[in-house]
Amino acid sequence: MLKISDMNVYYGSIYAIKGVDFEVNEGEIVTLIGANGAGKSTILKTISGLLRSKTGSIEFDGEAIGNTASHTIVKRGLAHVPEGRRVFLQMSVQENLEMGNYTQSNKTMNQRIEQVFERFPRLLERRKQVAGTLSGGEQQMLAMGRALMSRPKLLMLDEPSMGLAPLLVEQIFDIIRELNKAGVTILLVEQNANMALNIADRGYVLETGKIVLTDSAKALQANDAVRKAYLGG
Amino acid sequence: MFFVSHLVNGLQLGSIYALVALGYTMVYGIIKLLNFAHGDFIMVGGYIALFSLSTTFFGLPPAVAVVLTIVGCMLLAVVVEKLAYRPLRNAPRISVLITAIGVSLLLQNLAQYFFGATPMNFPTHLLIPAGGITMGDVFVAYTPLITIIAALISMVILTYLVQRTKLGKAMRAVSEDTEAAQLMGINVNTIITFTFAVGAGLAGIGALLYGAGYPRIEHTLGVMLGLMAFVAAVVGGIGSIPGAMIGGFAIGLVEALVTALGFSEWRIGAVFLILIIVLMVRPTGIMGRSMMEKV
Repeated sequence: MLKISDMNVYYGSIYAIKGVDFEVNEGEIVTLIGANGAGKSTILKTISGLLRSKTGSIEFDGEAIGNTASHTIVKRGLAHVPEGRRVFLQMSVQENLEMGNYTQSNKTMNQRIEQVFERFPRLLERRKQVAGTLSGGEQQMLAMGRALMSRPKLLMLDEPSMGLAPLLVEQIFDIIRELNKAGVTILLVEQNANMALNIADRGYVLETGKIVLTDSAKALQANDAVRKAYLGG
Repeated sequence: MFFVSHLVNGLQLGSIYALVALGYTMVYGIIKLLNFAHGDFIMVGGYIALFSLSTTFFGLPPAVAVVLTIVGCMLLAVVVEKLAYRPLRNAPRISVLITAIGVSLLLQNLAQYFFGATPMNFPTHLLIPAGGITMGDVFVAYTPLITIIAALISMVILTYLVQRTKLGKAMRAVSEDTEAAQLMGINVNTIITFTFAVGAGLAGIGALLYGAGYPRIEHTLGVMLGLMAFVAAVVGGIGSIPGAMIGGFAIGLVEALVTALGFSEWRIGAVFLILIIVLMVRPTGIMGRSMMEKV
């Protein structure tokens, strides 16, 4: 469904992503794990078109999207929940969801907003509230709900567990699993490698802009090097 | 009754400042650019209105002149944005700011080249009829009355547009977080163009009302008017739409008050004094909020 070949990304003169290849198949949960600064978020931003790869190609649903404007990528069914949630803090919960619907028809919008509220009942209670007043967990739910409004086939999640209490992390990961069961393919970027590998089918390990290891999630969890570096021994 | 007439003057001037300040604040809110050419959009609008109304030129009906002025200002802003600002989208902010000053000088010099340096008389009463209404023992001329009402209506429409419509919400989204807005599928360039157009449309209305109230159109008209409106936007809190409205009326009223007290030559100084005080006491302006650093 998503196929990245030879991705090379620079931030000015900094060489951030060095020839990365990977793919995500329909129905999978795939995780990219790696330390801070390994380039995980950069890869997601490049897939969404916020950054550009110098070489290679990005193929989504059989079409090349490496040179398409970022605002047209969402419409193809590729949604990105960015690092730090990035909800619109000065807009209400309802308005944030409406923004998620920007590329979709207005007719079915309210129905889909109700679906988001069914999945995240906490958001319904806060519907009229400005997003800046929500807790971190609620903001994460809003960011995910907002992305779901665009009816994604592939959902990219960047550090959904960041800064959340363990109980909330569990909840968020349960929801990711449910979404996957409902037919959404997931590309998950996490520093919390253990949690990510628990729900993923496959994983890629990223180190300073290169993929150094790939395997099934189970095998990665059993891998000594991975355990030492990312799973706390 | 002396007081009431000064109050009306202050509100009339404040209405125009507010309309112009809105353009500054909206553009700043969306691309963090102080568009110093904004005042000159009003100057161009003033000339469009003058030429289309005046019987020595086109002598068009007022309604047509109004539409031409507003649309003319919008087109000008869209073209300026596209040619001058868009190529600098990823340039340092100071480069764009200098470009804005350049555009301002260019518009002034073009106007001087084509229309001359001699001020021209605006055919006020072809736009708003002479006379007025008497309320109790107070006489209010039509010009300030219509100015204030037109400005208020424009503000209500703008507020509706920004708060309720899909485009307006997208404007707020882009203004808050451009990258996240792109991830929603919002075409940021379209929204920026739209914002410039709306701001300039308000400037067009401002130009008409300015011409009606202060019927002297010259190529440097936008300089002082733009500066005062900019002060209004900063006092109100740059980036805040209600702030620009409040700031505009506040500055207009201060000018009128200082004039009423007999210090009319100090009125500009008083405005800048207020600016200094606001910047010292509340640097984000009346309605401005301090930006949280993004982590």
